[in-house]
Amino acid sequence: MLKIEGLTAEIDGKTILNGIDLELPTGEVHAIMGPNGSGKSTLSYVLSGREGYEVTGGSVTFNGIDILAMEPEERAATGLFLAFQYPVELPGVGNANFLRTALNAQRRARGEPEVDAMQFLKLARAKMKALNMPEDMLKRGVNVGFSGGEKKRNDVLQMALLEPKLAILDETDSGLDIDALKIVADGVNALRGPAFSALVITHYQRLLNYIVPDRVHVLMGGRITRSGGPELAHELEAQGYGQAAA
Amino acid sequence: MNAITPINNAANFLRRAEGLSAPGWAVALRAAGRDALAARGMPTRRAEAFKYTDLAPVLNAGFVAPTGSRNVPPMPAQRGRARLVFVDGVLRGDLSTLPPRPLSDMAAVLGALTTPDTQPITALNASFAEDGLVLEIPAGEDAGLVELLSIVTDGAIAFHPRHIIRLGAGAKLALLDTAQGADGIAYLHNPVFEVSLAEGATLAHVRVQAEGRAAFHLSSVHAAIGAGATYDNFTLNAGGRIARNEIHAALNGAQGACHMNGAQLGTDGQVVDTTTVLHHAAPDCASRQTYKTVLKGRARGVFQGKIFVAQVAQRTDGYQMNQALLLSEDAEMDSKPQLEIYADDVKCSHGATVGALDAEQLFYLRARGIPADEARAMLVEAFLTEAVDGVANEECRAALDEAVRSWWAREA
Repeated sequence: MLKIEGLTAEIDGKTILNGIDLELPTGEVHAIMGPNGSGKSTLSYVLSGREGYEVTGGSVTFNGIDILAMEPEERAATGLFLAFQYPVELPGVGNANFLRTALNAQRRARGEPEVDAMQFLKLARAKMKALNMPEDMLKRGVNVGFSGGEKKRNDVLQMALLEPKLAILDETDSGLDIDALKIVADGVNALRGPAFSALVITHYQRLLNYIVPDRVHVLMGGRITRSGGPELAHELEAQGYGQAAA
Repeated sequence: MNAITPINNAANFLRRAEGLSAPGWAVALRAAGRDALAARGMPTRRAEAFKYTDLAPVLNAGFVAPTGSRNVPPMPAQRGRARLVFVDGVLRGDLSTLPPRPLSDMAAVLGALTTPDTQPITALNASFAEDGLVLEIPAGEDAGLVELLSIVTDGAIAFHPRHIIRLGAGAKLALLDTAQGADGIAYLHNPVFEVSLAEGATLAHVRVQAEGRAAFHLSSVHAAIGAGATYDNFTLNAGGRIARNEIHAALNGAQGACHMNGAQLGTDGQVVDTTTVLHHAAPDCASRQTYKTVLKGRARGVFQGKIFVAQVAQRTDGYQMNQALLLSEDAEMDSKPQLEIYADDVKCSHGATVGALDAEQLFYLRARGIPADEARAMLVEAFLTEAVDGVANEECRAALDEAVRSWWAREA
């Protein structure tokens, strides 16, 4: 389980997270909803270890292990996956090479045998078929020239290949049409099970029609101000953050 | 006359050059070199073409002639069908699989493509010019891949091989030219290539400069490209304390092509310099230059690229791009593109960029589990890709990839 206690963090001396407390039990999917500037992206970056965010207090443990002391790659190898709001383009880095390097780096870190090029190709093709992705996406540069939807699909492919224990979706619905939204949701739902958890961070309730959360938390001013069941998302949608958050 | 003779900064070299006994074929060439050095010395940073690269450490080093070592160092596996090997500045027939030919065979054309008076690095070579690679490919023949290998194991030597490569009409050759040396020896490798391509000939010239860390590498390529011929140069400039590669290329016949691509990898205390001078002297020719420089620590990188388009060179299609990736705040890149265009129907573009590794790209890779060093290596490799992808010969490409990877493994 993911356990966040009293987490405070700042960027460039400005406090963004003001003491977050959150428990995400293994096997559950929780949504974090909040207006712009409430600290949603900061939370996902702090959890995944991005440089430039300074944790000033509190703790984050994943299955009992303190992850704040770990490098981003170590967090990934323990099973944490960040689906990016805007996946970056990597010109000159082939998608297949990138995916296999990532998979093998994680396997190596966990003391598992690496997969060779043939095994990888077989695995990747199977996952792509399940996601309805054209095979030539493997040959292209990572996200280079991809549409917004293709980039998100590529992120979902990475998630399917890396089989994380905890996925953090950072406003992954921004800029997506309904078809792309469904692909992302299908990717997450396919992984759902007793050993998988997800934190779905979003501004809008829309994505939660497709990834139905077990719990919904409201993030305002860098703190969780309210928690509830899936119906809370609908309440927020109907009344806005101003009324429903408190 | 009361003129005061200034102390010539090339005096160390001149003294040694004057003491050499010259075989017949070398008399005129060496005299021309010595005259140029005696008249002008070697350039200081006041000279426009050497503004960014200070040769003083080379001039003050005090080298000795090759000592005639008979060392047999471990050598990289042969990739071509034959190779010519230099060890410690000595041409070694016993280690070569390509029978050496003497430069005296080339006496008639020796120095024809060079002007030592305006090319100091070439003048330095001329003053000492020694046997190098002599290759003549007859018209219509595809000579495959040939290798030139130089390894220095010992001694603060200076050596100045003169390489002559001539391709007949429609002939083809790939030349892989590798220079290596032990770290900690301040030697000077000063090769000059004279390349002549007859109509429709194609030369792929791939150079892997991986000299020892204390070495000096001053090289100069002179290429005369005939009608419909293609000269394709890729230079990896990765070793040495001061390493300057000059290319002087001339497109002399219609529909010729000149591709000059390269990668420079510099680390602490190193100066890596690529200087190209390209003459479009005939109509309907195309030139492409893509240079990528990666600098770490207190490295300095230099790119100077001059394109001269003569009035007759209508419908010239020229392109030049140089990009630098600085991996530290102390690294410095100086680039100077220069276009001089006298024809009016010309497409000629150039560009230069300098930047650091993209923090977002780096985080993306690390967030997927790829350790920071490996992620940086991937991004550096990706940065070089655009230049390296121009190398079509698979054996040459493999040699380049290996050299880049070993540089990274050593420096990361």
